Amino acid sequence: MLEYRVEIALWAISGIIPFFMLNIWTNNNLNESINISDILLSRYFLCAFFVRQFSVVWVVFSFEEDSLMGKVSPYLIQPLNPFFRYFAQHLAEQITRFPFALIIAFFFFIFNPESIWIPKLGILILSIVSTFLSFLIQFLIQSIVACLCFWTEKASSIERLLFIPTLFLSGLLAPVVSFPSYVKSWIYLTPFPYLIDFPANLLSGNETNIRGGLSMQILWIFLLFPLFKKIWSEGTKKYTAMGS
Amino acid sequence: MLQNIIDVRNLSKSFDISSKEPGIKGTIKHFFRRQTKSLKVIKDISFEIKEGEIVGFLGANGAGKTTILKMLCGLIYPSEGSILVSGYLPFRRKENFLKNITLIMGQKQQLIWDLPPIESFYLNASIYDLDKFEAKKRIKKLSEMLEIDEELFLPVRKLSLGQRMKSELLAALIHEPNILFLDEPTLGLDINAQRNLREFLQKYNKETNATICLTSHYMKDITSLCKRVICVHEGTISYDGKLDLLLKKLSPVKEVLIVCRSEEDAIKLENSGFNVKNKIKNEITIKIENNSITSSLKTILNNFDIEDLFINEPPIDEVIGKVLIKKNYDI
Repeated sequence: MLEYRVEIALWAISGIIPFFMLNIWTNNNLNESINISDILLSRYFLCAFFVRQFSVVWVVFSFEEDSLMGKVSPYLIQPLNPFFRYFAQHLAEQITRFPFALIIAFFFFIFNPESIWIPKLGILILSIVSTFLSFLIQFLIQSIVACLCFWTEKASSIERLLFIPTLFLSGLLAPVVSFPSYVKSWIYLTPFPYLIDFPANLLSGNETNIRGGLSMQILWIFLLFPLFKKIWSEGTKKYTAMGS
Repeated sequence: MLQNIIDVRNLSKSFDISSKEPGIKGTIKHFFRRQTKSLKVIKDISFEIKEGEIVGFLGANGAGKTTILKMLCGLIYPSEGSILVSGYLPFRRKENFLKNITLIMGQKQQLIWDLPPIESFYLNASIYDLDKFEAKKRIKKLSEMLEIDEELFLPVRKLSLGQRMKSELLAALIHEPNILFLDEPTLGLDINAQRNLREFLQKYNKETNATICLTSHYMKDITSLCKRVICVHEGTISYDGKLDLLLKKLSPVKEVLIVCRSEEDAIKLENSGFNVKNKIKNEITIKIENNSITSSLKTILNNFDIEDLFINEPPIDEVIGKVLIKKNYDI
């Protein structure tokens, strides 16, 4: 991927869903219903864009293809779990995407100069940590789904089912605060609001429970990691090395 | 006395396979009532392989050779029986076991497609805990043995199949494994590349005393590398032993083309009690049993005026082809 520069630029641009959502929200004055100012909302969606850029995961698709084509076989007999390869690949691509994300932010501020703000250093560091934890949660969820390839061969179909709650409950289309309070209490028990909503609110300076959010992120990682280990160990027993 | 490095006892492997009838009706039926059956592809096989041996696995397509290799290297889980490779249960994939083995599959690659092979070599070196200095030394040594140099710095996608295969080998051997599992390593290579690869494997075996388990449909790979072969027929072992014994058993006679000085000599030879296959003017082809070839040729040379003679081995592919369709060989 890093060898194809144009593809990287296009990919960075393709993650601009939050800006479309911002447009829909502000043009329809929807922010008034949740008591968020235009400026805070635009900062939220800019931060949602940044968090999305550095936490997006596609391991299920890579693993499924490699598994069906037999490419996983040589990796399986190396003393390194193949998921580390995908993990390193994701990190490398995030670094490559960073300059493009900055350029997009630059243009965003040209069109919305009133949204310019400089987050405090402490908040910035916590936001980076939180974005990385969000990436870890998404990576673990997708890795668990990817391991279902050992049973179903087409695990990406299951991932598509997960994409729906991710889209609606993660804060990509709307901040979670906009949901009715009885729904919100349920949403906060799932991992989804900690994927985009929490880190984006943290970075944009919106009111958020920092300790609670980070704790929930860590809790989800502690829950998902052993599950991944278990499903991986059971799945590899089912591996038939097809295509090789 | 050499130790067994691979010990396989009563090994079996079954796969669950679902079948589907063609057409829309078949698809709907397959969706609602999937027919799955268990297919036993390896049936209760046992064998041992000694340290430093090169063993060829022979068999028709689907006989189970590759499945055996996959179980030996721990890629797939056996259904029944036991496997010990270098003292380890392969399917547990312990780090020390994985550092001792390698698997090379013809046409399947582990090199990163868009990067030069050298990047994959250094990646593999760090996976196998080799420091940069050691990795550099091994890359240099192996690239000299494989006769590759500039190719190491070109993207893999730009390399020819032969160059890619050499790079694959280098990537797979950088950790100096002592057991090599090779599944059709010469598949798709031209004659020169095949020969180079065989020479390299011989050299590697000689220098490191590595054990090599090999499957190949190219008989030249088997005859030039393996003293021992294991023939697999429908998931069972039909023959396990020396290759030359198998060949002797399967082709007990040699054909000798004799060119006589005159047609009279050829007629005399034709009527002298040999098993004559055909005769054209002064050229006569006779069949002689392997165990009497020396004495028979001595008789012919002493009693007839011979201009030239050629001893023809039966084509190896033809001979081995017989093995692939037969269930058992007692030799």
